[in-house]
Amino acid sequence: MSSAETTPNSEAKPGSLLTFRTSAWLGWMIESNWTDPFIFAIYSIIRPISTAAILIVMYLVIRGGDFGSADFVNLYIGNAFFILVGAAIQGVSFGILDDREHYRTLKYIYIAPLQVPVYLIGRSVASILVACFSVLITLGFGIIFLKMPIALAEVKWGLFAAAFVLGMAVMICLGLMLGSWTLIIKNNAWSLGESLGAGLLIFSGAVFPLSVLPVPLQWVGSALPISYWLTLIRRALVPEIGRAYPMYTNLSDLQLILILLGFTLVYAILAALIYKRFDYIARERGNIDMVSNY
Amino acid sequence: MALQTKVTRNSGARLFLQSVIGRAYPRVIGTQRDLSWLFFDIFLPFLTMVGYVYIYRALKAPEEYIGFVVLGSAMTAYWINILWSMSSQLYWEKETGNLALYVMSPTSLMAILFGMASGGLFSTTIRALVILVVGNLLFQVSYTITSFWALFLVFVLTMVALYGMGMMLSSLFLLFNREAWHSANLLQAPVMLFSGFYFPVSAFNFWVAAAASIVPLTLGMDAIRQLVFPSTALLGFLSVKLELIILAILSVLFLAAAFLTLRRMERLAIKHGKITDRLD
Repeated sequence: MSSAETTPNSEAKPGSLLTFRTSAWLGWMIESNWTDPFIFAIYSIIRPISTAAILIVMYLVIRGGDFGSADFVNLYIGNAFFILVGAAIQGVSFGILDDREHYRTLKYIYIAPLQVPVYLIGRSVASILVACFSVLITLGFGIIFLKMPIALAEVKWGLFAAAFVLGMAVMICLGLMLGSWTLIIKNNAWSLGESLGAGLLIFSGAVFPLSVLPVPLQWVGSALPISYWLTLIRRALVPEIGRAYPMYTNLSDLQLILILLGFTLVYAILAALIYKRFDYIARERGNIDMVSNY
Repeated sequence: MALQTKVTRNSGARLFLQSVIGRAYPRVIGTQRDLSWLFFDIFLPFLTMVGYVYIYRALKAPEEYIGFVVLGSAMTAYWINILWSMSSQLYWEKETGNLALYVMSPTSLMAILFGMASGGLFSTTIRALVILVVGNLLFQVSYTITSFWALFLVFVLTMVALYGMGMMLSSLFLLFNREAWHSANLLQAPVMLFSGFYFPVSAFNFWVAAAASIVPLTLGMDAIRQLVFPSTALLGFLSVKLELIILAILSVLFLAAAFLTLRRMERLAIKHGKITDRLD
């Protein structure tokens, strides 16, 4: 009898950390090794800068070139960090689609002894890493070329770190919630991540305060963690200007952190339940090894 | 006695037309059969449009700018269609194994591309119209059309030039491997910036706007804005007449370039026998 036959199944199963690490590495390779590092760097810069530049020009044609104003700084920072929201959502759904439709490996992942949600989260890490790079580039562009008043000495690093970590955790949960929907979608799924990410822009308070929206839409925004997260990021990066942004002015930084923590816990539970439901439907319908060729 | 069935094969213009209709069919009929596009291709892009409208509202911009966003969002549907369903299409066909069948079939690839373009134009026009109508109803955009025929001509020439460019790019993208997806992704946002989808292209200096005019949507949208929002005519980049002439030239150039690049690609496919291989 060979050793493989005598090894209990539980011992052969890799831990969550190993699954996460391996899938993150795989995601990074898929994301980055299609070209040389120089072209990859240019590719990573052009898209976020162009998207930010659309807002810059919109601001320019209406308000003129006052890029140091509180309105513009808040808009710019919100827009820069919103890149991470799209990346988190897109990361999971693209991981599923790439593996199912393009590489046709999702079925093998499913029969491998690993936790699929952990694998999917790992796959999304690469796009989040690229997005972090894009956020840095966008902020750097704002500081160097638009002379935006972001002083590193004035940044509240502790608040920033806490907000960033909690924000990333909740975004990954949001990504898993929306991305796992991809498991049961046959057509148009490629645009799901990007479109949902862009759609959430309205409810995030990233580029305008929620008070601009009609009241029912403001409620939707308040039920999502993104607006709280972006408010904290603004208050951490540009304390005075961030505090002037007309959102949650009656809430302290600590209260916002606690709200974000609450959202993270609730969204983690919701993500687990939603993933379980879509996973069940996908297995029942035979969607796991489906190739739509759409 | 063996029964002989006479098989008639189309050729020439009839085969060309049949191929165009055959390739356009799934794009036109697919729209009717699968209504999920109403959510993915209309509702979700619609949310993006609402986002841009509220940015202008927050900046207290004149109401005409809301109209610019609604119009730009409708035209975005065409640009997305060109990038993902024209330029990248032959690459996808290669990945799914259809391209080799196209090359082997007795029809011309130009007919296949015309079919893709006409089917895509039809379904995208429906999407653009829905976005335009709902956007207008929701945000009360008012238009004053100064010349219906000029508007019609601008739209037709813009579409001919744009889809000609898409046909040309589809051959060029075929020479890429995994870079095809990234190239399309890379082109999306910069063109939306420099073509002025959400603001007048005259916001840039003359040479930047002139360079951006290589994408037909730049001049097309600029001319349309001048024709439907006369109060903002001063924000126009060039006169409508000049833009019409340039669009006509671009139409001819892009169609000719599409024909030449496709022929070159076909020759490469036959000579090296690799271009139709699926590359994972």
